Amino acid sequence: MYDKGKIVAGLVIFFAILTFPFWYNLGALAPAPELELTEKAQEAETCIEETAYMTTEHMVLLNEWRDAVARDGNRIYVSGDGEEYVASLTDTCMDCHSNKEDFCDRCHDYVSVDPYCWDCHTFPEENN
Amino acid sequence: MLEKALSGSKLYYTLVLGLLALIGIGFLFYLNQLNVGLGVTGMNRDVTWGFYIAQFTFLVGVAASAVMLVLPYYLHDYKEFGKMTVLGEFLAVSAVLMCLLFIIVDLGQPQRLLNVLLYPSPQSVLFWDMIVLNGYLFLNIIIGWNVLSAEKEGVPPEFWLKPLIYLSIPFAVSIHTVTAFLYSGLPGRGFWLTAVLAPKFLASAFAAGPAFLILLSFILRKFTNFDVGQKPIQTLAKIVCYATIASLFLFFCEIFVTFYSQIPEHMDHKIYLFFGLDGKSALVPWMWTSVLVLMTAAVLLVIPAGRKNEYVLGLACIFVFFGSWIDKGLGLISGGFIPNPLHEVNEYIPTVPEVMVSIGVYAIGFLVLTLLFKVVVGVKEEVKG
Amino acid sequence: MENSRRRFLKIAGYSIIGVGAGSLLVGISPKRITAAPDAPPRYKDRPEALKAARWGMVIDTRKITSRINRNMQQVCHKIHNVPDFVGKLGAKNHEIKWIWPTPFKNAFIEQDAQFVSDHLKRTEIPVLCNHCNNPPCVRVCPTRATFKRESDGLVLMDFHRCIGCRFCMAGCPYGARSFNYRDPRDSGALTEIEENFTLRTKGVVEKCNFCAERLARGEAPACVEASNGALVFGDLEDPDSEIRKLLAENYAITRKAELGTNPSVFYII
Repeated sequence: MYDKGKIVAGLVIFFAILTFPFWYNLGALAPAPELELTEKAQEAETCIEETAYMTTEHMVLLNEWRDAVARDGNRIYVSGDGEEYVASLTDTCMDCHSNKEDFCDRCHDYVSVDPYCWDCHTFPEENN
Repeated sequence: MLEKALSGSKLYYTLVLGLLALIGIGFLFYLNQLNVGLGVTGMNRDVTWGFYIAQFTFLVGVAASAVMLVLPYYLHDYKEFGKMTVLGEFLAVSAVLMCLLFIIVDLGQPQRLLNVLLYPSPQSVLFWDMIVLNGYLFLNIIIGWNVLSAEKEGVPPEFWLKPLIYLSIPFAVSIHTVTAFLYSGLPGRGFWLTAVLAPKFLASAFAAGPAFLILLSFILRKFTNFDVGQKPIQTLAKIVCYATIASLFLFFCEIFVTFYSQIPEHMDHKIYLFFGLDGKSALVPWMWTSVLVLMTAAVLLVIPAGRKNEYVLGLACIFVFFGSWIDKGLGLISGGFIPNPLHEVNEYIPTVPEVMVSIGVYAIGFLVLTLLFKVVVGVKEEVKG
Repeated sequence: MENSRRRFLKIAGYSIIGVGAGSLLVGISPKRITAAPDAPPRYKDRPEALKAARWGMVIDTRKITSRINRNMQQVCHKIHNVPDFVGKLGAKNHEIKWIWPTPFKNAFIEQDAQFVSDHLKRTEIPVLCNHCNNPPCVRVCPTRATFKRESDGLVLMDFHRCIGCRFCMAGCPYGARSFNYRDPRDSGALTEIEENFTLRTKGVVEKCNFCAERLARGEAPACVEASNGALVFGDLEDPDSEIRKLLAENYAITRKAELGTNPSVFYII
């Protein structure tokens, strides 16, 4: 093949750049983040649904909430055990989990997720 | 065939690099716009569409004008257009690409662009605009590329291209009609609420697009060995002439209806454009220039001697392009939004960041055009030699 | 040699398109919550929420004063975190307003304002989104981010879906909508934040929402409360409502009635 040297060299560089995220952090220990609960959250013992469910589905639940509230006007969420909560990120979720930096941000930073909710939905820490 | 775009003269490389530099600068300005918001533009609460959407509207017209070559050549066997048709199709590709880019840079939340597909809203004209624009883009890419590669191989084009080509004709008309419908169906905007807006758009498009194509043909003839020939240029010149006259006629129809009926709401938009309103008159010199150059061009083109002399023809084409650009690219949007629905006058003047981003988008379009035309020239040379 | 390389590239290209289309289809399919607890209905209204088949408002311009106009605008903008670009930054270009007073000849440009009454010469008319029954803004929105709520006729914004194309602003015949040209907080136009309500970010359109969040709590819209009786709101489809009585006893007009938008805001002149 023509220019074999250049092509092989180019391919090596290309794959090095492509796989950069995988080998750059090799060996660095990145343990799962520890979340801190506020006193209010500890008293409540469980979230509006079970912890395992909330961990995996809270973003989908919030998506459902935003359509239910903004578009349908239904502001009460009935949880699995029949409890009624106001479907509001700021008024319900952040009421208990008011420590965004030690709670929400810990996981979000770990998985490098940047939810844009905070562009509009203020949280108590910010205002105080 | 794309490899033909990768080699060329020094001038070619300079052109490509220069365009890349402009694209880079425009991109940096766009990053700033993403960061700060559309506030970096000159748009305000009243004039909510500005330079970007105006360029989009103008370029849709240029894109639609490819039909002026395709229709005679493929539907009516006008063989003289044989060399030019692919140029028109590639110009359409470049123009539609710029249209889509201008829409994207104008969005307040561009990362949510896919919402238009995720939540289809057929009652909105913008939904249909997205469909016909993308459809026309793909049609022209496929048609232009395949016809050119068939020519390169010395074989007739594949059978399935014919129906696509026939399809591109109503698509061409529809992209500009749908774009006109964006404006002409809005009840609160008297300047645009006219049945004649779509015909006006088409007429000025069929003037500006072929005019630009004539100029491009002259440039190609000067810098490469590719000569489309005298006849197609003369025919196109006649098309430009009558399209310009039609466009001016429709404009005068509008003037009559507006000013004879004396309805203040409708008159005020044109008074703002041509005379100024409440002391705001930024567009007045531009609008008069537009009308004057268009009328001059019409006269120059209607006289056969004017068309035959290539210098006069070139000048007339520049006039037509520039005049149409002012009409659609500057006057249309501001005229519709000023005065606002409460009859207040808040003027709009594009800012430097806005213009730089626009130049970047134009540079992308011209780069695509340059590369595609280089391929065409390369293929034609190969076929000839 | 050339043919088989060409074939290889063609097959590779088609495979990528196929995989790409497949994953796109999977990606955009609506997500269902897994292991969803069974408790129908999962969403409901607040019991104290005010309900109407079609919300409307009557503005009695005879009772409007400049102080009322000022108060209404202030309270509305405060409780909804509307940024003040004009006052704080002097940026009239980026002004955002949900309700504001304007002279009669601007509020009603289709009416002849040559010989208006003295009262109307002195007092400005408050204008806001009319929550039309046939809204052109809803018709033109390409994502239905602005929509007419079927339950009560309010024309609302879904800020999560808005792509900021501003077609609705072009479509509104009343100039009722504003665009966030800059971020309200970053630009400094919004400094005091009301916790009960969200802000908006840059790149979305906003307008009066008829205090839908207050109606859901059983409270009247803020402008109505601040109007000292000049504004009356209610259910236009309820023949016994106060608003219908007002409309039966007084001659009221809407803005640009000839356009067929069917506004829900009436003005007693």
